[in-house]
Amino acid sequence: MSATAQQLDPDLFHLAEEPHHAEGSSTMLGFWMYLMSDCLIFAMLFATYAVLGTSYAGGPGPKDLFELPLVALNTAMLLLSSITYGFAMLSMTEDKRGATQAWLAITALFGLAFLCIEMYEFTHLIHEGAGPQRSAFLSSFFVLVGTHGLHVTFGLIWLVVLMVQVQVKGLITANKRRLMCLSLFWHFLDLIWIGVFTFVYLMGMLR
Amino acid sequence: MSATGHAMDGQTHDRQDQHGQQDHRHDEDEAHGSRKGYWIGFALSVVLTAIPFWLVMTMTLTKQATAFIIMGFAAVQMLVHIVFFLHMNRRAEGGWSIMALLFTVVIIGIALSGSLWVMYHMNTNMMPTQAMSDMG
Repeated sequence: MSATAQQLDPDLFHLAEEPHHAEGSSTMLGFWMYLMSDCLIFAMLFATYAVLGTSYAGGPGPKDLFELPLVALNTAMLLLSSITYGFAMLSMTEDKRGATQAWLAITALFGLAFLCIEMYEFTHLIHEGAGPQRSAFLSSFFVLVGTHGLHVTFGLIWLVVLMVQVQVKGLITANKRRLMCLSLFWHFLDLIWIGVFTFVYLMGMLR
Repeated sequence: MSATGHAMDGQTHDRQDQHGQQDHRHDEDEAHGSRKGYWIGFALSVVLTAIPFWLVMTMTLTKQATAFIIMGFAAVQMLVHIVFFLHMNRRAEGGWSIMALLFTVVIIGIALSGSLWVMYHMNTNMMPTQAMSDMG
């Protein structure tokens, strides 16, 4: 340690030896930072949709394409999967492996139902000739909603991987940490969906 | 290492212990929420989702009023999710989580309002295609 470092306020300097942090103690904050940057990606896609969403190029608009009952069903699936994931986390804190796995499986089913409904909607639109290349409105729509759907897909893969991990190694500290990260990710996707159904679907119907 | 160095080490350990305790308590109480918290969040979300859908499907109010209400409900529901599902509070991760969140919200506000503002003015100020070809 140099002489100058001792004379000044020790708080202003990094320590000669880093204090020991438990493994994974900064993971949750790091993951939160990732989620915030992901949030910015979605903000840019929302901005793109806000700018291009009224450019129909003479093609179909939201009123011709969107089916609100289907969107409401999708919203319900995602919201239900959010609360079942919450119950999985509660079972995890009580160290009940079976209950955790069961709630995770139910969450996965709701997530899968959401994806199936979205895939049905997308194929339906493309068959009607309202694919992403039809107009700027549809391009930005498919990119925004598709990016969210991709996130759910990867979240689902992650969920299955974690279920296997919990099955093999049990509710060890590392697995609990991973489940907490996925919990943030999953609830975050539901939060983004609030923006999607409000600004894309409901506002679209008001035009 | 000198005496000052040792004193400094002692201080660091104290702070670390304090921090460790805080983290522990935080894990127990807040990081996973409670059953009640999840149910409250879920119930609020159902209401805050159902009303906008109902308003748009039945068109009870004028378009403008409906638009304002559903945007307000979306903002409130996002807050509900952040508090009851993401368990955000001022103490999480020593306050850094909420700082990151606030920073993100500011950036989103700038990006969204800026994009809309600029593109709106570009569209209104853009020379019509007809006038452009007349000039050529």
